[in-house]
Amino acid sequence: MACELADLQQQVREALADGRPLRLRGSGAKDFYGEAPAGDLLDTRGYAGVVAYEPTELVITARCGTRLVEIESLLAGSGQMLAFEPPHFGPEATVGGCVAAGLAGPRRAAAGSVRDFVLGVTLIDGHAEVMKFGGQVMKNVAGYDVSRLVCGALGTLGLIAEVSLKVLPRPFEEATLLFHIGEARALEQLNQWGGQPLPLSASAFHDGTLCVRLSGAAAAVCAARQRLGGEPIDAAQAQEFWSGIREQTDPFFDGAETLWRLSLPSVAAPLDLPGRQLVEWGGALRWLKSDAPVGQIRAAATEAGGHATRFRSQERAEGVFQPLPAALLAIHRRLKLALDPKGIFNPGRMYPGL
Amino acid sequence: MGDNPPVGIGAHEKDFSQVDKARLVAALSRILPPQSLLVDREDLKPYECDGLSAYRELPMVVALPDAEAQVVAILRTCHQLGVPVVARGAGTGLSGGAMPHKFGVVMSLAKFKRILKVDPLSRTAVVQPGVRNLSISEAAAPHGLYYAPDPSSQIACTIGGNVAENSGGVHCLKYGLTVHNVLRVRGVTIEGEIVEFGGQALDAPGYDLLALVTGSEGMLAVTTEVTVKLVPKPLLAVCLLAAFDEVNKAGNAVADVIAAGITPAGLEMMDQAATAAVEEYVKAGYPLDAKAILLCEADGTPDEVEEEVARMKSVLAQSGATEIRVSTSEAERLRFWSGRKAAFPAAGRISADYYCMDGTIPRKRIAELLEAIAGMEKKYGLRCINVFHAGDGNMHPLILFDANVPGELARTEAFGAEILEMSVALGGTITGEHGVGYEKINQMCVQFATPEIRTFHRIKAAFDPAGLLNPGKAIPTLNRCAEYGRLHVSGGRLPHPELPRF
Ligand SMILES: Cc1cc2nc3c(=O)[nH]c(=O)nc-3n(C[C@H](O)[C@H](O)[C@H](O)COP(=O)(O)OP(=O)(O)OC[C@H]3O[C@@H](n4cnc5c(N)ncnc54)[C@H](O)[C@@H]3O)c2cc1C
Repeated sequence: MACELADLQQQVREALADGRPLRLRGSGAKDFYGEAPAGDLLDTRGYAGVVAYEPTELVITARCGTRLVEIESLLAGSGQMLAFEPPHFGPEATVGGCVAAGLAGPRRAAAGSVRDFVLGVTLIDGHAEVMKFGGQVMKNVAGYDVSRLVCGALGTLGLIAEVSLKVLPRPFEEATLLFHIGEARALEQLNQWGGQPLPLSASAFHDGTLCVRLSGAAAAVCAARQRLGGEPIDAAQAQEFWSGIREQTDPFFDGAETLWRLSLPSVAAPLDLPGRQLVEWGGALRWLKSDAPVGQIRAAATEAGGHATRFRSQERAEGVFQPLPAALLAIHRRLKLALDPKGIFNPGRMYPGL
Repeated sequence: MGDNPPVGIGAHEKDFSQVDKARLVAALSRILPPQSLLVDREDLKPYECDGLSAYRELPMVVALPDAEAQVVAILRTCHQLGVPVVARGAGTGLSGGAMPHKFGVVMSLAKFKRILKVDPLSRTAVVQPGVRNLSISEAAAPHGLYYAPDPSSQIACTIGGNVAENSGGVHCLKYGLTVHNVLRVRGVTIEGEIVEFGGQALDAPGYDLLALVTGSEGMLAVTTEVTVKLVPKPLLAVCLLAAFDEVNKAGNAVADVIAAGITPAGLEMMDQAATAAVEEYVKAGYPLDAKAILLCEADGTPDEVEEEVARMKSVLAQSGATEIRVSTSEAERLRFWSGRKAAFPAAGRISADYYCMDGTIPRKRIAELLEAIAGMEKKYGLRCINVFHAGDGNMHPLILFDANVPGELARTEAFGAEILEMSVALGGTITGEHGVGYEKINQMCVQFATPEIRTFHRIKAAFDPAGLLNPGKAIPTLNRCAEYGRLHVSGGRLPHPELPRF
């Protein structure tokens, strides 16, 4: 049912008055992510629609309940895109959920993450105030960057009612190349290529096969193809492959084992962990399908200079995100108290007590 | 804002007049050797202002630590004694952010000058906060890499200052601002806790505190180490110079370039007055009869550049450029840029003083703002030349004045304030990259309402409950806003009532 901003605010106000936690939710496409959702459902889908889109300003502003597919098809109509290639994880995924989850897809290492494209938000905080941070312009350093703070905070700091995102032109040309190569060599190669002026826009390595995507001006893509070699794969197949990686429909993601997401320095050596791995983002993201003990996986991630997230598992277990050092946790707690003193938004979805 | 005086968090400025200098100096002497602790007036003088010299204040002391442990100890001491601390990099800031606090310590990070690591394979560098922006790129150059954000002040400004201001440069349209190019910031809180925001990976667990501290103007923590991303140097860059006989057409050309799916490496604009001022100074051969000129840069591989230049040329021609020049050598490209890069010194040459504004507006409203500025020049009886990062809609009007003429500074401030408030009214912001600092603290009250400002104070308190890091900057007290509001809405009129408020 369609609703207005004031209705959302009213729901927050009532929850606040009753001391009743709210579970903020779009379509629920990312219900699996993070700690178990708790609280009374607040469905954001009633507050939907694109508020403003001007291709020459490279900005789109939409209400939280707007479906990502709607946004992406609107952008495609003007030859533009969300450059961070957010995974939808469901046909009804909303832009509010996308920003709250802060998950980016294959283009992330080349183009940036969700937070790199967030220009501004309208936020309803735990005082039930409607506030605007950031804006629609490309550069803005007035006040603290609350828009980026709430991006990826899993709704624990407030309800993102509206968001303005920077958009980019679609590349004029794309090509995907395939290489048969071992993991250590693939990692080395990706890092070396990363230091050269090549139009790399995505990479995925699994089981002796490295796929890289080139995007850019026709001349740049063509020249890079010649330099890199590899087997080109046809456009339709490539499209399907990258979509499978982004949406986790690729066969790699099948199977009952827990899916771990290890975010590491791109140069981290191949991980010696039980299970199957798929490497994205030029080496900086390692997906691991494994039932190895949590401690072993976290230790390996920490050792390598990164962190591990229990991304998806058959059974919900606690401790999804890497524990924070004490000093940082204290700041997190105080920030939560600053924005949501009564703890009404998505309690515990990220860390216990947040 | 109602008539009741504001109460609660962030309502009032704190009073630090009870700070005891002798006690402070005694405590700091236990941490720092005598040559690293400045207490005499003549030694304090060089620190009295940053790049915005209209605002000056002498601190009680200047501390020059050279080790993180000293930073920790100084902050702990100041926390215990309730003394304000203002971190300082090179002091090139343009909003008074590093202006000292009368009853406080200036902590200069100038001695933290070491580049700790340049790793070509991971394309990262680990540097201390006092490292100059340009020296990072110099250290990375042998590997074909560089640090992308390039403020015009890059030979002097420090990475610590860049992080604090989220600085940009002429290339940030394509390569991003500081926030897009930093992986990790290590800092010390006012309580003396060492914290790391971000990390070596592309993301870190928990809230995005890295984004939050970037641009926080030294209010949340003192930066002691930064890991930056390095990117490959483009093989070639070519610059186009396009002339227009109407400012409007140049403004529209900017939108047309973007609409054509082009992301130029730089897209800058200068109006006729600016062109004339810089031409006199650099002799770049700019067309002086043009009402506005655009500089539009393509970079990448030679083939890529050729393709993009052709595309840019055709768009600019269609948008009505009266003349388009394409640089045919690196020397010519640098000549095209020389004037834009020398805009500040050129302004300094034709005028005793100048005041640089930093509003950002939607690109499509550039012409509108320029027209309004022309009107304000008459209203305030002052000249203004306009240079800006047009691709981002980030304007740098330079108001020319003479501080020795009684009343001119006050008129200049009023002129500047009107530009900023109009930027907000046009759907933009009061600061794109220079920060709020001390200078734009009143305009924050125009851009934000009470709930947002309260939130800023709450965030500040989450890091610095006692409010000791850079007090009086960046976020106005609610009391100040109430007073500014009363002053401003006098006669019941807002500035530009005809414009819709965003
Ligand atoms: C001629 C000229 C051209 C300029 N061009 C540009 C431009 O193109 N783009 C742009 O964005 N800016 C520009 N600037 C503004 C200025 O150079 C930037 O804001 C720069 O980042 C300031 O760096 P700094 O080291 O001089 O910092 P300072 O001026 O010393 O300090 C700036 C702020 O950072 C804080 N700070 C400094 N170091 C630390 C630290 N280690 N930890 C915590 N807080 C700290 C200070 O407290 C202060 O609030 C220009 C300035 C000049 C004078």
